[in-house]
Amino acid sequence: MIRAVMVMNTQGKPRLAKFYDSQPIDKQQELIRSVFGVLCSRAENVSNFVEADSIFGPDSRIVYKHYATLYFVLVFDSSENELAMLDLIQVLVETLDKCFKNVCELDLVFNYSKIHTILDEIFFGGQVLETSSAEVMKAVEEISKLETASNSITLVPKSVSGWRGR
Amino acid sequence: MAGGVFSSYYSSSSIMETLFQRTLEDLIKGLRLQLIGESAFVSKAIDEIRREVKSTDPHTKSTALQKLSYLASLHFHDMSWAAFHVVEVMSSSRFSHKRIGYHAASLSFHDDTPVLLLITNQLRKDLASTNEFEVSLALECLSRISTPDLARDLTPEIFTLLSTTKILVRKKAISVVLRVFAKYPDAVRVCFKRLVENLDSSDPQILAAVVGVFCELASQDPGSYLPLAPEFYRILIDSKNNWVLIKVLKIFAKLAPLEPRLAKRVVEPICDHLRRTGAKSLMFECIRTVVSSFSEYESAVKLAVVKIRELLVDDDPNLKYLGLQALSVIAPKHLWAVLENKEVVIKWLSDEDPNIKLESLRLVMAMVSESNVVEISRVLVNFSLKSDPGFCNEILGSILFTCSRNVYEMIIDFDWYVSLLGEMSRIPHCQKGDEIENQLIDIGLRVKDVRPELLRVARDLLIDPALLGNPFLHRILAAAAWVSGEYVEFSRNPFELMEALLQPRTSLLPLSVRAVYIHSAFKVLIFCLHSYILQSESITSSFPDNLVLGVSELVLKRNMLEGSDLTTCEAPSAHLSEGFNPRNQSYEDLSIENGGDRTINHGQTSTRAFSEKNIFTYESIINLINQVELALGPLTGSHDAEVLERTRHILCFIGLIKGEITECLVQKGKTLESEEMKASKIIKLMSDAFSEELGPVSVSAQQRVPIPEGLVLKENLDDLETICADIQVPPSNLFSLGSPYYGEEVGVSSFGLQNKEESEPSNEATSLLTEHRKLHGLYYLALEKNEIVGNDYPPANEPKLQDSPKNDTEDLVKLTVQSLATNKKPNHAKTRPVVVKLDEGDLVTITAKRPETKDDLVSGAVREVLLGSDTRTATSQSNPSDKSSSKRKGKEKLNVDHSELKENLGVSETPKQENPSSRKNKHRTNGKERGHKSPGKIGEEREENGQKGKQKSSHRHARHKARHRADAPLNVVSQTPVIPDFLL
Repeated sequence: MIRAVMVMNTQGKPRLAKFYDSQPIDKQQELIRSVFGVLCSRAENVSNFVEADSIFGPDSRIVYKHYATLYFVLVFDSSENELAMLDLIQVLVETLDKCFKNVCELDLVFNYSKIHTILDEIFFGGQVLETSSAEVMKAVEEISKLETASNSITLVPKSVSGWRGR
Repeated sequence: MAGGVFSSYYSSSSIMETLFQRTLEDLIKGLRLQLIGESAFVSKAIDEIRREVKSTDPHTKSTALQKLSYLASLHFHDMSWAAFHVVEVMSSSRFSHKRIGYHAASLSFHDDTPVLLLITNQLRKDLASTNEFEVSLALECLSRISTPDLARDLTPEIFTLLSTTKILVRKKAISVVLRVFAKYPDAVRVCFKRLVENLDSSDPQILAAVVGVFCELASQDPGSYLPLAPEFYRILIDSKNNWVLIKVLKIFAKLAPLEPRLAKRVVEPICDHLRRTGAKSLMFECIRTVVSSFSEYESAVKLAVVKIRELLVDDDPNLKYLGLQALSVIAPKHLWAVLENKEVVIKWLSDEDPNIKLESLRLVMAMVSESNVVEISRVLVNFSLKSDPGFCNEILGSILFTCSRNVYEMIIDFDWYVSLLGEMSRIPHCQKGDEIENQLIDIGLRVKDVRPELLRVARDLLIDPALLGNPFLHRILAAAAWVSGEYVEFSRNPFELMEALLQPRTSLLPLSVRAVYIHSAFKVLIFCLHSYILQSESITSSFPDNLVLGVSELVLKRNMLEGSDLTTCEAPSAHLSEGFNPRNQSYEDLSIENGGDRTINHGQTSTRAFSEKNIFTYESIINLINQVELALGPLTGSHDAEVLERTRHILCFIGLIKGEITECLVQKGKTLESEEMKASKIIKLMSDAFSEELGPVSVSAQQRVPIPEGLVLKENLDDLETICADIQVPPSNLFSLGSPYYGEEVGVSSFGLQNKEESEPSNEATSLLTEHRKLHGLYYLALEKNEIVGNDYPPANEPKLQDSPKNDTEDLVKLTVQSLATNKKPNHAKTRPVVVKLDEGDLVTITAKRPETKDDLVSGAVREVLLGSDTRTATSQSNPSDKSSSKRKGKEKLNVDHSELKENLGVSETPKQENPSSRKNKHRTNGKERGHKSPGKIGEEREENGQKGKQKSSHRHARHKARHRADAPLNVVSQTPVIPDFLL
């Protein structure tokens, strides 16, 4: 299964972190730090895999990809295929790119909620559920439609109830 | 009235809050501005959130919660305090709020969160919602936090969702089953059938999800899922989706080793995929499946190796790396695959990617054999000189590990190996001090023939003052010092050793190592004195009317018989002379051992270069004694008990003999008087004491010591703590690290000594000493020697950069071509010396322990469903026994699985003897049933006749099974694990 998804910038600031084997919050920070420690010491043009037994315990691997100022990291165990995970990072980035039109770090910074929506469509409880970025986009668009719809309804009753209260 | 006032107050305030509330975006912007520093800003924001989250306005509340989630997720702030608010927001009817609530829950809830009890109904409601996205939210939440209670209560809803027409929901429901099963195994009975039905789904997304679930389940306990093999086989053949295929391959990799007939059937389709696929991920998965689980299928392995070759020569470092990994999986069984690719493997040893370097190092080590260990080690050591520190130590570590494996079974020429150890110690980046220390001592204890060479190596290490400055070498130096003391009789020049042991720069050593140095100096001193006495006796013994003690006479005779001249040498003024050639194999052969404890190998190439000269002159002995006194005098004030103790020993000893020796030896060559004999008696006694040979001690030795009667080991020793509170435990014992057999012996004895010593000066004396130290600090040795002077010494040795890495790789290629391709047993010039091995406890047993199945309950339930057994109690009853049995003999997957299976079924069968179907069962499982009766022997039985018996039995009832499947697939009466038709 997939144990964690992380996106961090080249300074080690986390931009997205989701752990599928529930980790306590201070442990999460430590894990992200140690992952960054490993990644930043690696040169460009080397393989994208890191053995992560020392960080995440036995049977864990890291695959990462470096795009511009961001590292995309997946932590997984032996039930996943390394190259498939690499493809999956590609899928995630493609989806983000479609969603934000030339995605950059700032998009990730300001769209916390939307990115989690995307993530939740691709990964589910540590399993990969969707590998087509078009399908993911479809679901994400519907969710945001639903959200705006529910919000637009909210404004009216709230103000009404507010007035009625007086 | 009052209510109206309040509500108007609240609602107006909520409007104010809503208007002026910071949104998440504002928060992020504020954080980025960093006007007041991040932590200050965040704590202010948290204060705000704490206020806002209590608001009655759902919008304010949910926005506050969203901000909190953000801070928890990316700034790691605790949000457990808001758990109740999370529940409130989750229950909001508006989707956007609900989403925020669910997100916060999946972020912050864990199995022990108290409010979990409150969300069951909410989840149930949302799982039944008509809005598929609301259902998704609930499922997502359940996949993160499901307690046994939640899983139990929501199982019916999950069951319904498993066959919903909404693909988006169904795939999530399938995935969540994994978590539900883990928490509430009884859910298997409800949901498993529907889960299996989804394997027939034509929708690729559903299929991917369900295969993913089975992949996870099978990785925990593959045996239970064997009956589903036909379904997986169909998917393997039909599916065009690489994701699905990869997962199915992973399942087969687990199942195939359990059932040879299945493997036979599946191997061809896998090879087909391997040949056809263009996707590298699928190709690699096929390769991995073949090399890990189908290694006995020659043609499949050959095909896989061809494909591995493709990966190895690819430009993509990822493929290179994975190719190397696949090779190292196959190396133990098919070394030829590695040998075929050795040029590539060795080439990647100098790759820039550390992963690739490491993998190729592993493969190179896999190629090491008796015949090429010398050459490969040589080249690797040269390689390590040019590598970065990390990789250098990887190389050294793997050489040390490979060479010492199974009590050095790889090593034939131990002289070479100990000199390699010496050389490795001098590599500047070497941090393997502990391991080298252990091996130096261990080899000394085990291999008699290597001791002369070992001493030479130790001497070279000790004598080099530059090495003392490198803290990584201190443990090695301790070992070298120990060797030089223990095997001093092989020394050509013990005076030189003494000088090395007492050199001023030993003050750089930690005290524990220093104690070893001092003790070794003691041994060397005794040796010199003893040799001197023997020598003077041998001179005087030419006088017939000599008063010689019986003992020494005996010794003398022995010496004469052995024909060993007592070698003599000129004054030791030239200890450290440049002309001393360590390569010279000659060493002194004094053979002064009278107890016969040591048999010195006369067959060695001792040229006795110094045989005509006398080392042990009167002057040299006096010099030696003075030297020891001078060097150790200051240490009598040491605070370390170990150092103090040993210094005292040696100085007291000198005090005891010095007077006599100086007096009596003045009249050298004259008749010895009985008074002198007292000193020589002492010396002989000491020498006897030290010449007792130390051997390796078995790991289990301690267990074999019977506990004396009346000894209460488990007595409560709490009182002691109050008494011993002021006694410090020494930092580290002599050689107690790593090498347990040795550590026990020395560690215990030294501990005893220490305690005796420490209890004496602990209170008054130490306070006086420290007082004195304060006053006259000048005359004391510095306390923290390492810290003060340790760092400014140059590294031990400059790396030798003679040849380029390219040469090395070429060398290595050549070597492996020479020695590996032929792969014949070499005819060694040297015969392998005897290596002392002890009982079982000594051998390194590499047992591949398999992870114990933690969810016996799930697999039990799965078996029950798949095999149709209707006794609910079966799993729960047999569970404890399963656990114990799997713990007891976790040797081999296969055996355990089958025994578990049998025990499971056995429990369910025995009560219903009359039941015709169960009798039929008995009849069917001829070969296996016996295994059930004597579970201990299952392994052997299976190996003997299991194969045949099983094949027959399943042959027979395969038809039965088919019939059962046809009419009532659900209500099949209890059956033994039948392997489905297609396998036959």
